[in-house]
Amino acid sequence: MSRYLLRRLVGVAVTLLVASMVVYLSVFLAPGSPEQVLFGSRPPSPEVQAQVRHAMGLDQNVFVRYFDWLGNVLTGNLGTSLINQQPVTSLLGHPATVTLSLVAYAALLILVVGFGSGLLAALRPGWVDTTVTAVTSVATAVPAFVASGLLISLFAVRLGWFPAYGLADGFGGWVRGLTLPAVALAVISSGMLSRVMRASARQELASEHVVTARMRGIGSARMVRSHVVRNAAGPVVTVAGLQVAGLVAGAVVVEQAFGLSGLGQLLITSVEQKDFPVVQAVALIVVAAFVLLNLAADLIVAALDPRVRAAVSG
Amino acid sequence: MSRTRLGLSGWIAVTVLTLLVAMAIFAPLITQHDPNTGDLLATHAGPSAAHWLGTDGTGRDNFSRLVYGARTSLLGPTLIIALSLLVGVPLSLLSAWRGGSVAFVINRVFDVLFSIPGLLLGILMVATFGAGLRSAVVALAIAYLPYVGRLSSAAAERERRLPYVQALSVQGHGATRINIRHMLPNLAPLLAGQATVAFAYALLDLAALSFLGLAVQPPQADWGVLVNDHDAIYQGHPIGVVSAAVMIVATVLSLFVLGSKISGEER
Repeated sequence: MSRYLLRRLVGVAVTLLVASMVVYLSVFLAPGSPEQVLFGSRPPSPEVQAQVRHAMGLDQNVFVRYFDWLGNVLTGNLGTSLINQQPVTSLLGHPATVTLSLVAYAALLILVVGFGSGLLAALRPGWVDTTVTAVTSVATAVPAFVASGLLISLFAVRLGWFPAYGLADGFGGWVRGLTLPAVALAVISSGMLSRVMRASARQELASEHVVTARMRGIGSARMVRSHVVRNAAGPVVTVAGLQVAGLVAGAVVVEQAFGLSGLGQLLITSVEQKDFPVVQAVALIVVAAFVLLNLAADLIVAALDPRVRAAVSG
Repeated sequence: MSRTRLGLSGWIAVTVLTLLVAMAIFAPLITQHDPNTGDLLATHAGPSAAHWLGTDGTGRDNFSRLVYGARTSLLGPTLIIALSLLVGVPLSLLSAWRGGSVAFVINRVFDVLFSIPGLLLGILMVATFGAGLRSAVVALAIAYLPYVGRLSSAAAERERRLPYVQALSVQGHGATRINIRHMLPNLAPLLAGQATVAFAYALLDLAALSFLGLAVQPPQADWGVLVNDHDAIYQGHPIGVVSAAVMIVATVLSLFVLGSKISGEER
């Protein structure tokens, strides 16, 4: 297990390193240099421009700049915003809280609805199964930006149950404000997780150990818990991890639709304003969250299932 | 190659997709209204004989915008998948054929691309090269490389070990010829299934980028742009938004069903 862990950690570190290079260099390729953003429409004399370039370190080789940036990132310094001259880290606090709350809320919905409906469909063949399968099949084709529009239209504009835009103060305000965005974000992933859970649980229900347990007269609640769910968990946790990791990127769309001032909205505004240090920082955070959540899912699978553990440490 | 059994759901999916493609191609014959000129005296009109799905906030015909929107909404993902197949398939054949360090490098590239969500890569590309369909298509084609490449390199590797490939090799056929004339046709059904599902995801990601205002630019009609008509939603006239939503969901669902039929899994 520890060898597996080590190998995975090294792999993740290498992936993140290369991804950080992609993130940094992709912005470097942009036409027009970052200091042009500062000058706006009235560029100063060439001497002043050269001074500014020097002060910002822009006259150095791009690889020197990349390693400078990377060194700063590793020590917790994400640079300075070109637009308002504040440290990027100080701009991230509130947006990160919003995005984290949104993603956590959506993840909770996905896990509860996905696991629950998939297991229900597997345990109740017949019309329950047919209904759940039909609904979840359609759900896998309803992306967050489509769900957002429909939810706002029905629950915010028509019925007025939830706000269509932004977050009110206090815990209650946040929960109310985040409910529709979280549902919009959760639809497609809940559908996918439910389908995987159903397939996986059905396979376990038909397996010999479950049939034997049934014959030994083990109660159905205990059997479902310790024989079906536990063994079906492997593929389900992998898919759940992938889906939840994807939420971090998906949040960009939902935040834009519901006017939430999260990381995604910060990213889009910074792209529009060409505030490159902020773009790089947010992009790096999103990639890191995506990679680390996937790693977490793989480790949970290994921890849950001794067979996987044996296979990976072998 | 044995014929794929489509079944009822498969045939429905094929019918829906055929109708959509026909709609995109014959758009000018289907609707009389120009999708981009509005009648400012008839904004947010309800459905009528003249405007089947009513009009939007500037009096443009919703039905026309939906029909013309099929063009960009289907053309974009077609370009994305064509590009990523064009690059990804040769790479995965190369990886399977050469193995060793070549395969290692190609697989690491796929890993890194896989670690950057497609939507984020799209946003970064737009930050670099400016908003528009072209940046978005290139970004998503790169993002979809590993989805096409990983599966096909695994399959190509299995195929390469089969006796017929060795037999051809012993007979003195060149690597390029064996790959293109023999391995590629055998991998085609798998690639077609994978490409169909990837097409659906590309459509979703591209529409999401258009929704964010980064890919297809308004006033050009596109389903992603149409779904983003917040003005209509807030004023309580969601019919244009809802119909674009229905188009997206129907298309993606049909592609999922067809893709799983082609690759032969139960759906």
